[in-house]
Amino acid sequence: MALIAIDNLTVDQRVKAVSLELHRGELLGLIGANGAGKSTLLNAITGLVPATGNITIDGRTAASIPPHERARIVGIQPQAVSSAWSLKVSDIVALGRLPWGDEDETAIERAIERAGVSEFRMRNIDHLSGGERARVWLARVLAGEPQALLVDEPIASLDIHYQLAVMEVLKNYSREAKGVIVAIHDLSLAARFCDRLCLLHHGELLAIGTPAEVLTEPLLATAYGVPVDIDLSRNPPVVLPK
Amino acid sequence: MPRPVDVAADRTTTAAKQIVTQRMERALTPLLICLLMVVAWLSLGFGSTAIGVIDGLRDWLSGEQTQAALIIGEIRLPRTLLALCVGAALGLSGAALQGLLRNPLAEPGLVGASQGAALGAATVFYYGVFAGLGTLATAVAGLLGAGAALLFMLLLAGSGRPALVIMAGLAISTVAGAALAVVLNFAPNPYAMQELVFWLMGSVSNRGLDSLAILFPALIIGSALILMQRRLLAALSLGEQVAESMGFSVKKGSRIIVLGTACLVGSSVSVAGAIGFVGLLVPHMLRPFVGHRPDRLLIPAALLGAILVCVADIAVRGMPPGRELKLGVLTSLIGAPFFVWLVWKERKRWL
Repeated sequence: MALIAIDNLTVDQRVKAVSLELHRGELLGLIGANGAGKSTLLNAITGLVPATGNITIDGRTAASIPPHERARIVGIQPQAVSSAWSLKVSDIVALGRLPWGDEDETAIERAIERAGVSEFRMRNIDHLSGGERARVWLARVLAGEPQALLVDEPIASLDIHYQLAVMEVLKNYSREAKGVIVAIHDLSLAARFCDRLCLLHHGELLAIGTPAEVLTEPLLATAYGVPVDIDLSRNPPVVLPK
Repeated sequence: MPRPVDVAADRTTTAAKQIVTQRMERALTPLLICLLMVVAWLSLGFGSTAIGVIDGLRDWLSGEQTQAALIIGEIRLPRTLLALCVGAALGLSGAALQGLLRNPLAEPGLVGASQGAALGAATVFYYGVFAGLGTLATAVAGLLGAGAALLFMLLLAGSGRPALVIMAGLAISTVAGAALAVVLNFAPNPYAMQELVFWLMGSVSNRGLDSLAILFPALIIGSALILMQRRLLAALSLGEQVAESMGFSVKKGSRIIVLGTACLVGSSVSVAGAIGFVGLLVPHMLRPFVGHRPDRLLIPAALLGAILVCVADIAVRGMPPGRELKLGVLTSLIGAPFFVWLVWKERKRWL
């Protein structure tokens, strides 16, 4: 049974009749041009924007699951987050336990270790760099230990060291029988880390399948409007605009 | 996955730091409770006549008609309890509003609640509406005024968006202020107007214990409504979207917080008039001691609000007799420059 199954999901003009499944142990990459509907799709799966169509979580209709329980199963890291107050990093990570209503120390510790924020756990969020903050937001959602983790462009503001590190974290997390969907712009990293890719174009599902099935010249030319150089046989694989 | 730096060496100091902050945070509430008791004791003992507080309280409780019993029971005790309740209500509502609106400049006056309450109470003052309720009439009108102002504010804002709530609050404050000016303009006689203006300046003197009959229940209900939503306030630190994604209903929770604030502000304004800036100052003073967490700020803010208003009232009583400085005027004198400084600080943050 799929961890998350969406069927014919539509959000006004932004997402049109998208159907896909996320399985346990899978890292699913969500790719597509700006405005293709990646964030809207993630938000719709979480229930943050109203959508028509069916969402099934672990075999249950999403609408029938109480909000806090749904938040324990599906965790999302939105693209733009900021803290209104000068909170301590460890306190922000602890906020990830709010759906559970506890402050489970082991879960918080594990999230801090996983996201690599232990060096500055006692510092205040407004004293950190953009890249450090991005990892704190990731630690916050990891602390909730959701079955399905949705992350919206987690590596956009990171240097190459942490791009790889964060992708490793997501990959390892999916291997704990969890499901991960990551919206990502870097197609080379998507090819390298994701088990399957889902290509959106103007809100429609253009292609879904293994990186080799989705990262083809005609599909990417349609989605991005530029010719793309693809070499998946190299290690690591390379996908670059021509 | 940390980059290879010497994390291990840092870990012991980090752990030590964590323990120190945790202890400081845990000690805060008991410390404030002790301070509150000391201040309340001073307030009971302070006045033009020197009286033993214990003797006065004992005589008053046993119903003896001594001078000490009269002064403590009829004058100082109501005044002290009122100052504490009003301060707690204002401190807590300030902390709740700042958390809800994610804005350190938020204040009960900001959402229009204070002005609405003043308008309601002033109308009763002049035109004798709810005459059947006797002394409780102004308090009930204050509650209704604050409630109505907040209701209009919510209808106008249409959502919990901080910027919209602040604009809607400003609009409603302006409308309520204009209506209050009309009420003052058509005052039945100059004495009534003078009385109203003095009352609006804010004071806890010459109120009986019966004012507590409305203020105290309102304080309990308002605090309960706000404290029930403290986890939402914590979640809102990271924005409405994150709070929603963690299973909170931001819309419903915001309304409960606003209702709680209306209870607190409406009752305190109707009893004590406008005592400004307490709701602004108190959360700001405490924030560094609670790790800036909006949920942990609530109870300390109520306690420190009570302490500050009580201290300010002692100061007012300590001034030379003759022309009395009103409590609300004193808090404004202290609070207004602070407000200017806060805006200046915020500005530098954006430069």
